[in-house]
Amino acid sequence: MAVVVWIVEGTWPACVDAARRHAPEDAEIVLLHVTGDDVADAAHGAFAGLLGRGHPERDPGTRVEHLAAASAETLLGAAAERLGRPCTRTERTGRVEREVVAAADGAELLVLARDGDRSRLGPHSLGPASRFVVDHAPCPLLLVWPEAAPDLTTMPGPPHHD
Amino acid sequence: MRRDRDRRTLRPTRKDRKLNASLAETLSVALLVLVLAGAVVRPFGLPEAVTAVPAAALVVATGALSPAHALDEAERLGPVIGFLAAVLVLAQLCDDEGLFQACGAWMARTAAGRPRRLLGQVFLAASAITAVLSLDATVVLLTPVVFATAARLGARPKPHVYACTHLSNTASLLLPVSNLTNLLAFAASGLTFTRFAALMALPWLAAIAVEYAVFRRFFATDLDAGAQAPSGGDAPELPLFALVTVACTLAGFVVTSAVGVDPAWAALAGAAVLAVRALLRRRTTAKALLNAASVPFLAFVLALGIVVRAVVDNGLDTALGRLVPDGTGLAALFGLAVLAAVLANVINNLPAVLVLLPLTAGSGPGAVLAVLLGVNIGPNLTYAGSLATLLWRRIVHAHDTEVRLGEFTRLGLYAVPASLCAAVVALWASLAVIGGG
Repeated sequence: MAVVVWIVEGTWPACVDAARRHAPEDAEIVLLHVTGDDVADAAHGAFAGLLGRGHPERDPGTRVEHLAAASAETLLGAAAERLGRPCTRTERTGRVEREVVAAADGAELLVLARDGDRSRLGPHSLGPASRFVVDHAPCPLLLVWPEAAPDLTTMPGPPHHD
Repeated sequence: MRRDRDRRTLRPTRKDRKLNASLAETLSVALLVLVLAGAVVRPFGLPEAVTAVPAAALVVATGALSPAHALDEAERLGPVIGFLAAVLVLAQLCDDEGLFQACGAWMARTAAGRPRRLLGQVFLAASAITAVLSLDATVVLLTPVVFATAARLGARPKPHVYACTHLSNTASLLLPVSNLTNLLAFAASGLTFTRFAALMALPWLAAIAVEYAVFRRFFATDLDAGAQAPSGGDAPELPLFALVTVACTLAGFVVTSAVGVDPAWAALAGAAVLAVRALLRRRTTAKALLNAASVPFLAFVLALGIVVRAVVDNGLDTALGRLVPDGTGLAALFGLAVLAAVLANVINNLPAVLVLLPLTAGSGPGAVLAVLLGVNIGPNLTYAGSLATLLWRRIVHAHDTEVRLGEFTRLGLYAVPASLCAAVVALWASLAVIGGG
């Protein structure tokens, strides 16, 4: 049984901290990062748009793919260091939300952070990718705030019934 | 030489063997599709010119285009292609001097760990680089640097990389050197370099401002996610020599156009200065320079121009002539820009501008510039035009995973109509204030 921690740029420290606090001592911790293929595809596409330029070795999409692999490794390294206990690092490439759901198969717990518009509390505090993961994850979830959780005063008043 | 001229006077006899117009048009269109497909598919990894040059030879050999018209087209495109080669070399040498790395370091430092600020810096850098060193420089040289910068800050790279792809089109409105389409239109419009830039400055700013607003909203989630400020590190050395050379080249564009010399010479001089320095310091080789000039691409443009000319001359001009609005009122400018954007998305912006220029040049520079708005902003919907994009997707699909165009297209549906409208209104205002004369 494993605790999977979804590492995403910007919001990952909160997830690592939550895993450190809430994962059982004997649980295997898996740090998961998914590189979306859409970013490199955009660069590939822009190069294809430069019709006739030749030089496929100059395709910026390929360079972006290499850079993405290196950056994911650095990110997972930083996360492992913050975690400070033995863990497995997993890197996947593809459709981010689907890869996360697939990687969580058989896990005991999946830790993820809200990544939407956190200035307005409510459904929009989950972005499209995390919304998909919350709806389709095959295991229990621990959903954390990237910063301190909002206090009770931020809760809207009850609806009025006239 | 004399023998050549004699042969040219014999040409009328060829007319008898000329294909009938509809057959010639069918052949030319088929060859155009073949040329575009060859450029995307690149069978056996062959350069684009391998399909394009024989196709151009074939339209002339079959009489679909008379040799005189082919020669005329080649004479028109020659200087444009030389100009393009100089700009391509200039951009590559700037990269060799470390200009783009320095740009990445500047973006990382000034963004101070805030993704929204990073997006602002990417917009500034990509707009300036596209305008001065052409869209190729932004796509090929800046995009990986922007990705690396975002990754270094721990920011989500998507908004910033997408900004590069969009601005390589939208921000290529400003100068004749910014885009090959501009160079072609510049030659046809009869404008000076300075007047071209003056007329396009406002549309350029308007289109970029609209893109920026769309990006801030569209990528709000990714931009909210945060990032870390970069850890100290040495600030890389500013490539002063390259910057000064580029500035002098820009000044050269203004001066040459003021004294009536082709501004291509200024680009050539700028490229030559950097090339000599790089050769002396053994930072580059003659082979690398020739590679940067991309000779097969130049042959491709020339051949494509000849095939398109055959398509236009054999009937597309009368067919499209009915769709091309006359005059340079706001409605006419709008109609031209939309027509150009649609054509750019159906075929590709390069053939689109080649088709539309002869049909609009008569209406004056305003009409030509409206066409440019369409062909430069339009590709943000389908990358390379739908035909080329479909083919490209199939090839990538064959090698690798499926390419998803959903998000790119959705972003384009917000950004393209809005920035096109803003740019057309801005062009109309510029024409009213500055005048197209």
